[in-house]
Amino acid sequence: MDRAKTTTLTGAEIVVRCLQEEGVEYVFGYPGGAVLFIYDELFKQDKVKHVLVRHEQGAVHAADGYSRSSRKVGVALVTSGPGVTNAVTGIATAYMDSIPLVVITGQVPTQAIGLDAFQECDTVGITRPIVKHNFLVKNVADLASTIKKAFHIAATGRPGPVVVDIPKDVTQHACEFHYPDTVHMRSYNPVRKGHAGQIKKAVQLLLDAERPFVYTGGGVVLSDASVELRELVKQLGFPCTNTLMGLGAYPATDRQFLGMLGMHGTYEANMAMQHCDVLLAIGARFDDRVIGNPAHFAQNPRKIVHIDIDPSSISKRVKVDVPIVGNIPDVLEDLLKLLKGSRGKDISAWWKQIDGWRAKDCLRYDRKSPIIKPQFVLEKLYEVTRGEAFVTSDVGQHQMWAAQFYKFNEPRRWINSGGLGTMGFGLPAAMGVQLANRGATVACVTGESSIQMCLQELSTCKQYRLPIKIINLNNKYMGMVRQWQEFFHGNRYSESYMDALPDFVKLAEGYGHRGVLVDKPGDVEPVLREAFAAKNDLVFLDFITDQKENVYPMVPGGKGITEMILYEDL
Amino acid sequence: MRHIISILVENEAGALSRIAGLFSARGYNIETLTVAPTEDASMSRMTIVTSGSEDVIEQITKQLNKLIEVVKVIDLSEAEHIERELMLIKVRAGQKEREDMKRMADIFRGRVIDVSDNTYTIELTGDTRKLDAFIQALDQGAIIETVRTGASGIGRGNRVLRV
Repeated sequence: MDRAKTTTLTGAEIVVRCLQEEGVEYVFGYPGGAVLFIYDELFKQDKVKHVLVRHEQGAVHAADGYSRSSRKVGVALVTSGPGVTNAVTGIATAYMDSIPLVVITGQVPTQAIGLDAFQECDTVGITRPIVKHNFLVKNVADLASTIKKAFHIAATGRPGPVVVDIPKDVTQHACEFHYPDTVHMRSYNPVRKGHAGQIKKAVQLLLDAERPFVYTGGGVVLSDASVELRELVKQLGFPCTNTLMGLGAYPATDRQFLGMLGMHGTYEANMAMQHCDVLLAIGARFDDRVIGNPAHFAQNPRKIVHIDIDPSSISKRVKVDVPIVGNIPDVLEDLLKLLKGSRGKDISAWWKQIDGWRAKDCLRYDRKSPIIKPQFVLEKLYEVTRGEAFVTSDVGQHQMWAAQFYKFNEPRRWINSGGLGTMGFGLPAAMGVQLANRGATVACVTGESSIQMCLQELSTCKQYRLPIKIINLNNKYMGMVRQWQEFFHGNRYSESYMDALPDFVKLAEGYGHRGVLVDKPGDVEPVLREAFAAKNDLVFLDFITDQKENVYPMVPGGKGITEMILYEDL
Repeated sequence: MRHIISILVENEAGALSRIAGLFSARGYNIETLTVAPTEDASMSRMTIVTSGSEDVIEQITKQLNKLIEVVKVIDLSEAEHIERELMLIKVRAGQKEREDMKRMADIFRGRVIDVSDNTYTIELTGDTRKLDAFIQALDQGAIIETVRTGASGIGRGNRVLRV
């Protein structure tokens, strides 16, 4: 039964009360004209803490990082017009990776909407293609129930960002406040249980498999199914891979883990993906960076079981044989029950083949280099943090090396923009991660180009004393762009070289942090140790790395996943 | 292949643009789209005529179902159904052409609903092919203006789309 609450509140008070009711700990935001009444109410209470960022993109990324590392819905608050347009990149980033966020946006007063008012934009229109859902609240009486719905929609089913656009006058108007306990929507009822008949078929396929492979994505992380996944994979003795978004769902140091697959996946993971006879895909979507060319992928016959909460992710790029729509932990539990401990066929021949692929040692690099190799920095980062850090990243080569060389044994430790590929994500996301996990070790792996896209957040880190360690792999190039230009554009490095880079050490100091320049391989480990020992300080480590280093293996765009360029080929 | 998709959707501001936006964002085709409230004012019924391979149509229905405001979706063309479209067509009808034009409208069971010295406005209902056929049958120079609603569809017999 709904609790009786019959207080009359203004719209602004309602917004803050709703956030309190939802147990929101942090709101990441930036004030402005249209949200002044909401900010006034935030000022009058201390349950919901506000984190003042330096740019709205940072607010949404921080809320995103907070959510990814805490399992809670992230909340951002921005003003109308430019506040919204600045937030768009963050919203799209969260949408592509299915991250539950509620983004509250101010809007010009209802009577001014459509009149090209100051700081007006069509927020609902602009954000429509990049949200799970959005609302424009025109009547204060609908405000509380809309916010309730927003949290519900964001967190259930396939999660995603929800925008609630609130005109300024609605925040001033008053009405009876009543926060509903439950949400009923006839048009929105996400499934939980998978179809029993389909699960039975899946079990049969798994038990009959001679060359099975388990391929899991972000869905396993988001649905917290990593315990069930580990149990299943261990019991069956199957090899397993994780996508970029799925790293940590299965422990990277386990023998049954073949590493990440895809464009920069390991040789063994990509070969197993292509040559398996039964593929169990869980919470993954066969995207272009994972299976490359779908026609090439389809050349090898295999049976595919696909478990996902979102029916539209199934048979989108690749036809599957046994689709199972449902919440992954529920489906895996049912699968495990049906398996009753049976192990399936002897697959030692398959493992032998896989070990042969492993012997290629596809991630090797020149360890004797007198110049710092980025891979070496990441290996040392892993050692120094004992694999226990939360690692956020930006986008590019450093992201791929981090995914390859930092061995994630737990889910929700690897925080990156996989779908949209947003440069500038790493630092603000790390702020959210650090706030959600006070006292934990947080590293932001970035490059000299990415870090400059949300650099202003160094100031936020100072204000809230966030002791993030920034691992800047500085090769003076937009590395991934440079790599593509080397491979596919005849070494014409068009606009990918960054001249006039700032002195990052001084820059960090300018923001009140510590900065260290590292240019000798021998200094990498001691400097990392010293930085991570500084529990209370943000330390900006500027590693001057090999400008010519490339990420291997690489599947060129449009190629099949076994058509890899390997280090040894060169 | 041509498909006719029926959608029940919450009658809320923005629902139409959400659906139209989905089609344009994902590169799906819209041949026609009609929408109006149902007997239950909280819901609208939309009919979209689209075309695409079976895979594309499957994605379209899945993506539509994913929209929060969409209550139900069916592909009418999967089974027996009826479709109708309304056309208003203004044609040249001076003294010379009047007789012929009236006869043509009769053959197609159209009705003349407005008359001026030199024009007729004809109302014609039928499936899309019938309306196309009428336009084809006319002297092209005689057509001044056409306006079509796009197809509306409903399942035959016990095949219904309701909550």
